[in-house]
Amino acid sequence: MNAVATEGTKTTYREAMREALREALRSDDRVFLMGEDVGRYGGCFGVSLGLLEEFGPDRVRDTPLSESAFVGAGIGAALAGMRPVVEIMTVNFSLLALDQLLNNAATLLHMSGGQLPVPLVIRMTTGAGRQLAAQHSHSLEGFYAHIPGIRVLAPATLEDARHMLAPALADPDPVVVFEHGSLYNASGELLPPTAPVDLDHAAIRRPGTDISLITYGGSLPKARAAADELAAEGIDAEVIDLRTLRPLDGATVTASVARTHRAVIVDEAWRTGSLAAEVSARIAEESFYDLDAPVERVCSAEVPIPYARQLEEAALPQTADIVAAAHRAVD
Amino acid sequence: MSAARPTTRTGKDSAPPKPGRKTATAERKADTGPPPVGRPDVRRRTDLLTAMLRIRRFEERCVELYSAAKIRGFVHLYIGEEAVAVGVNEALTPEDAVVSTYREHGHALARGLTAEAVMAEMYGKATGCSGGRGGSMHLFDASRRFYGGSAIVAGGLPLAAGLALADRMRGMPRVTCCFFGDGAFAEGEFHETANLAALWNLPLLLVCENNLYAMGTALTREHAQTDLAMRAASYGMPAWAVDGMDVDAVEQSARRAVEGIRAGTGPHFLELRTYRFRAHSMYDPDRYRKKAEIEEWKSRDPIDRLTHLMRDNGELDDSELTRIEQRITDEIDRAVDAAEQAPEEPVEDLLRHVTSTSAEEVSRP
Amino acid sequence: MGEFTMPSLGADMDEGTLVEWLVGPGDLIRRGDPVAVIETAKSTIEVECFESGAMGRLLVEPGTTVPVGTPLALIEPAAEGRGEPERARKAQGKPQAPPAPEHARPARTSKPSPARTPVPSGGRDRGHVGAGPLIRRLAEQSGVDLTALDGSGPAGRVTRADIERAAAATTAARPSRIRATPLARRRAAELGVDLSAVTGTGKDSAIRAEDVSKAASGHAAAPPPPRRTTAAVRASHPPEDQASGMRQVIARLMTRANRDIPHYYLSTTVDMATAMDWLHDHNRRSPMSERLLPAALLLKAAALAAHEVPELNGFWTDDRFAAAQDIHLGVAVSLRGGGLVAPALHRADTLGLPELMTALKDLVSRARTGRLRGSEVSDATITVTHLGDQGVETVFGVIHPPQVALVGFGRVVDRPCAVDGLLGVRPVVTATLSADHRATDGAVGARYLTTLDRLLQNPEKL
Repeated sequence: MNAVATEGTKTTYREAMREALREALRSDDRVFLMGEDVGRYGGCFGVSLGLLEEFGPDRVRDTPLSESAFVGAGIGAALAGMRPVVEIMTVNFSLLALDQLLNNAATLLHMSGGQLPVPLVIRMTTGAGRQLAAQHSHSLEGFYAHIPGIRVLAPATLEDARHMLAPALADPDPVVVFEHGSLYNASGELLPPTAPVDLDHAAIRRPGTDISLITYGGSLPKARAAADELAAEGIDAEVIDLRTLRPLDGATVTASVARTHRAVIVDEAWRTGSLAAEVSARIAEESFYDLDAPVERVCSAEVPIPYARQLEEAALPQTADIVAAAHRAVD
Repeated sequence: MSAARPTTRTGKDSAPPKPGRKTATAERKADTGPPPVGRPDVRRRTDLLTAMLRIRRFEERCVELYSAAKIRGFVHLYIGEEAVAVGVNEALTPEDAVVSTYREHGHALARGLTAEAVMAEMYGKATGCSGGRGGSMHLFDASRRFYGGSAIVAGGLPLAAGLALADRMRGMPRVTCCFFGDGAFAEGEFHETANLAALWNLPLLLVCENNLYAMGTALTREHAQTDLAMRAASYGMPAWAVDGMDVDAVEQSARRAVEGIRAGTGPHFLELRTYRFRAHSMYDPDRYRKKAEIEEWKSRDPIDRLTHLMRDNGELDDSELTRIEQRITDEIDRAVDAAEQAPEEPVEDLLRHVTSTSAEEVSRP
Repeated sequence: MGEFTMPSLGADMDEGTLVEWLVGPGDLIRRGDPVAVIETAKSTIEVECFESGAMGRLLVEPGTTVPVGTPLALIEPAAEGRGEPERARKAQGKPQAPPAPEHARPARTSKPSPARTPVPSGGRDRGHVGAGPLIRRLAEQSGVDLTALDGSGPAGRVTRADIERAAAATTAARPSRIRATPLARRRAAELGVDLSAVTGTGKDSAIRAEDVSKAASGHAAAPPPPRRTTAAVRASHPPEDQASGMRQVIARLMTRANRDIPHYYLSTTVDMATAMDWLHDHNRRSPMSERLLPAALLLKAAALAAHEVPELNGFWTDDRFAAAQDIHLGVAVSLRGGGLVAPALHRADTLGLPELMTALKDLVSRARTGRLRGSEVSDATITVTHLGDQGVETVFGVIHPPQVALVGFGRVVDRPCAVDGLLGVRPVVTATLSADHRATDGAVGARYLTTLDRLLQNPEKL
């Protein structure tokens, strides 16, 4: 469990994230990790396993179950010059701290006329697909991406899990990182970084010419699988990983649609008012004269996520849905 | 206005009983002697009176300017509660931090923000202490560690805990003082913060301004147990109630609490029993309290009280009082003039201060 | 001399009502004294003054509602000194708005949002149309642009009559719209391709970029690649560009008609009971292919009536009326995508009803697929417009120059009416005539409509 992920080795998303935290704690004594069960327990999802032993209880802090207090405390510590990494166990619990995030972290710089930046990183697990039922399966990234004053990240690859944290900690403003629960066990070869991760731009994970599949986070593997299926039918799909949900990189999307003339947006959130709706609106605004088919959206059904396996599968975007949407746009 | 860092601790009054698991050892080793102040009593009292009058007159002018629609938005007046801000501030040093509420003109002025910077902010001008972005409820001054007004009841408490946490982690001997009201005491954020601060032994001074009303809801209609200090003590921190209309009592209790905090005994809680003479916000339907009650509290006006005391002691005469008033009037006149003349931030700058880079997230063709 | 003005008592207050004065003229007042009771949307509040002196003239009566900043009373300097330091009051903000006009507002730093600003009754600012919700709804339903109307009502308000007039003027259908993707349109513009000549292979025959490229390179639209499952439908297109060309033609023609032809309008209600009974009876006895629509009866009657009143069948040219030899009945056909043509049913007076019905169906379908013959487009001697299937009861049309008459039929509807001294429900149709006053007078037109009525009472003879 304590395998150190080094470049060029086989690793998991979980280990890559842990290695990023370890590096941050080692390289900057202003950094500390705080959250429920991050220490002795090793993290609800095992991400911080071993960090307490390495860095001690002052810098790997177990908190009481009080999201509002410890997220607010993270904001205060950031104001005072620290670089806190606050872990909220899961996105559903983040609602208990939404006040601190929205009314303090996102507003202090502005309300103070530029005097009070809040250099804070908040991590949380998001997403459905593990039969955790309605209160533990949210995708609320779009809620947070709605808020000016914060940056929202969704690392979906091993590389981003490993290398996004450093630039996030270097950002002078609050950064919220969403880790999709289905990704922690994803394993593969961690490639050495060619350049520091650029938090301002989406990544083209697979170039293509016929259609743009635009997605992020836990839906990226599904979009990639859909692209493979489409390729077998002679349809060359481009896969775009938004990775930064705020500020949204509209330019990459626009440039892709200018090449492919068709777009399918894949978003695990509910369709109405989703981030997919925002991306779709931007395509309508920026790429109207490049469109050769209506924009398609593949989102979750508008239902609290059910527990039963077949119902959950039906509620969430699946590879087959993405393929079907691509056909509607191309055929 | 700030006192020198106290070098000795006061033990003049017997400390109130402190329930909970902590024993305030620092307060047991009390030595005798007067409170450690760097000025003679007369001078100190004159400064306290001046500070309270300055807040009072500033806000009275705000009433006038609001009526003339020069100041807009929500404005919450501190009139009647001046002894709390002034007394507590006496116990703090410039290195300490203050987190406040939306009823914060008094805290800001006591903390040393200029009348000019605060007034310009009320006008929404670029020269305001928050650049006109905040208004009455959001006064900030990073250089004075004044972390300003929060319009979310209890919203400042977790933030104050975080400021204190940073000091504790870095071993800096500083105190963070957080003001909040009796309404905030009912919010979950207060209880979460009190528990966290006590658990982690944070250098945090919790100052509850109990003015008996959460907007229009009386204390007895909001709290099953109205002894707030007692409830705070249940988190394992020293806590006691003080007459918030007596600036001297406020100062003494704040000094004692701050010394305890600096000595490493963790957070302290003060319940300051006070009263606002005016409505919750600018003009409210004053349907929820009786005029007789307001008049009764007005008879305990902290400014009148100190004025009488000083007159009786022969420390203050009419000409001195007139001089003080005139100085304050001149300062406020200048502040209003400056605010009237001050430039407005151009609309082209709308998107500034959203992020540190102020990257424009939405590019409109 | 100072003023006591209506104070701003809250963030959402634009105006207040003076409930009572707590002081009278001549009373001495001190700064901070309550002088009046003001009622706002939230509550009733005693308000203080900020000057010491003597109360001067009261400018506002209790019970009056005025905007914030309006002077309520004058304050005069008192003879006695004040008990407070003199203050420089340079910065006293005086509202700049005079109290008199009802809509004047004091100058203020932030404007109230329009939603909270009461709309002055009458009068139209730029961008605001004096029209209530009913009028707005009517305008919307009839596609009338309110901002382009000058209201004839009091203070320029738009009335129902204004809407109806405007709607009547815009009964001509909207231009047709070709289904094409944004990219296809862009590419067509770049390549100079006429979209109306392109066959769409997309969903619902939408034209896609690929179709435009093929058309530009001179290929007919190739069948789609095998992996696509489109049923490409080949639609024929009218020879002219429907989207704009046809509109231009109609616009020019109708402008000329309205400018040059002094129209007069007549209307009559025709009892259709006999005709409808006969029609039902006929249809019951006929095979599907020979069944008739009421339109067949109306057209035939219109043609026969033109035969009996020849002054309406022909052309006004060179300042004189030229009667036509035959009756070629123009039939107004609205095209599915918008636009209008009125091709001729040649010698309609001579056709039997089933023949007329067949000819009509053929003419309409060819009009809608753009396959009309030249003679059909230009031969009409008198035109009929039948908007019954659009649900309207009355249509006063515009004459197609150089013709001199246009007959209009609305919907056949059941109406209560007096028949032989008894009240009964009968199917009726409103027949109208728009005629050229240069060629005929009202008497001729009236004769035409009565003839029409008479003919429709004897359907078996049509």
